[in-house]
Amino acid sequence: MNTKVTIAGVEFQNPIMEASGTFGSGMEYSEFVDLNKLGAVVTKGVANVPWPGNPTPRIAEVSSGMLNAIGLQNPGVEVFCERDLKFLEQFKDARVVVNVCGHSAEEYIEVVDRLAGESRVDMLEINISCPNVKEGGIAFGQDPKAVEEITKLVKAHAKQPIIMKLSPNVTDIKVMAKAAEAGGADAISLINTLTGMKIDVERQSFVLANKTGGMSGPAVHPIAVRMVYECANAVNIPIIGMGGISTWQDAVEMMLAGATAVSVGTANFYNPTATLDILSGMKDYMVRKKIDDINDIIGIVK
Amino acid sequence: MKVKEKAQVLEQMKLADGVYSLKLKTTAAEYAIPGQFISIYSNNGSKLLPRPISICEIDKNAGTLRVVYRVVGEGTAEFSQLTAGDEVEVMGPLGNGFPLEGEKTVVVGGGIGVPPMLELAKQLSGSVTAVMGYRNDDMFLTEEFTDVAAELIIATDDGSVGVHGTVVDAMKENDLDADVIYACGPKPMLRGVAEYAAERGIKCYVSMEERMACGVGACLGCVCQSTEKDDHSHVNNKRVCKDGPVFLSTEVVL
Repeated sequence: MNTKVTIAGVEFQNPIMEASGTFGSGMEYSEFVDLNKLGAVVTKGVANVPWPGNPTPRIAEVSSGMLNAIGLQNPGVEVFCERDLKFLEQFKDARVVVNVCGHSAEEYIEVVDRLAGESRVDMLEINISCPNVKEGGIAFGQDPKAVEEITKLVKAHAKQPIIMKLSPNVTDIKVMAKAAEAGGADAISLINTLTGMKIDVERQSFVLANKTGGMSGPAVHPIAVRMVYECANAVNIPIIGMGGISTWQDAVEMMLAGATAVSVGTANFYNPTATLDILSGMKDYMVRKKIDDINDIIGIVK
Repeated sequence: MKVKEKAQVLEQMKLADGVYSLKLKTTAAEYAIPGQFISIYSNNGSKLLPRPISICEIDKNAGTLRVVYRVVGEGTAEFSQLTAGDEVEVMGPLGNGFPLEGEKTVVVGGGIGVPPMLELAKQLSGSVTAVMGYRNDDMFLTEEFTDVAAELIIATDDGSVGVHGTVVDAMKENDLDADVIYACGPKPMLRGVAEYAAERGIKCYVSMEERMACGVGACLGCVCQSTEKDDHSHVNNKRVCKDGPVFLSTEVVL
């Protein structure tokens, strides 16, 4: 049985990753999950300098999902390289995808340049879709021209293949996917969270200090499947599919829709072993369906 | 060591209006210390996130944990319906817990901050004074504190029992002295206790609360402002679930 998938020349032992921001750099979850068994560890967004993030409350539960407005709190690229990348050295079987965030093109480039010489970094995921920071982030991800330009710029600096992470908070995500492809992206990942809001009816005020937050969890999964399907039929670069994946069925569904690999996000919060549970379920499915190569199911539902 | 498993419900009791006590058989008991918490998961699949609830009592021999919690929403309302023999998913123990220090200590609890102080009072050596604050005479755990503490001082908001006012009013009225003060309760209360301790040069630990998602320090959802740079992000945001919930009062902005 082959579970290996290849994206932009990088080979992953299986298509299961975790979604940026839900898993730190793996440290906290290494108590529950052998990181060496994952296709990749996708790190939380890293900026050029430490970011404090948003005020609390940053978390709200909604039906079959949650809202978050963390605001990309992170220690900055220096600490990340010295501590997190060093920690990840011991898990050679898993690829390392570093999620990169910034307020401006210059800030993205600074991080990309700093990571250029880091051999442990296999790919970069460029976050142009965070709904919780006011400048940068999603501002780059909602205008096709901006998507193409930032992709081009990052691609010109990056020493590792780049994945552009797209926002679902757009009228037509295919347009953004095509813009990323035109800019030279090696792959795209989608979906980031959907902007939502929750109001406390007793207090008659917002639950989140940031008022709005990114919605994730099983409730968004059908939207993610639809968008992955649309993009898979619009571009020729590989897609990493994510959005509410919590079971092996969700992961298989995403691959049938056209994703080459999948990321598990919110599910980690309520099932710390979700990634490996999904991998094991996917393998059982392959046996039962007599699928020798996982690549054979990618995008076969047309 | 953290475990995630189905715990067996041994007992459910209503202690006061909206306040319940749940005794669980779980291997998490083996590793738990006072001031830590467990995440309890809803059996309703549409409620994804666990509810972080402080540990009230630990019995390592019996392998049981007792949690005392207030019903504040649908999740905790569901927990209050659990009965002996039911199973419920838990993860824990989580967080750092209270360090056991001092020969003369004061443990202070306000409202639903009362429960975690019980196991602490049991495990502290030396003389423990318990100061517990309630809204009114609908109190809980007072018998237990009477058993384990050298002295129990009660404060109620409406004055129906003990000191009329807050736990800080009660501490001032009794001019309490200590090597260490431990506190859990709403933020304004923690601020008052921390000020009391600072004025008298007493070391003070506070247990903080924040909305959480992962419970293990990965998502950065539950941070509180810290006076020094935190180890994780170096931005003066400590993680309540992992770096806390217990902090030195001088370590956090209250």
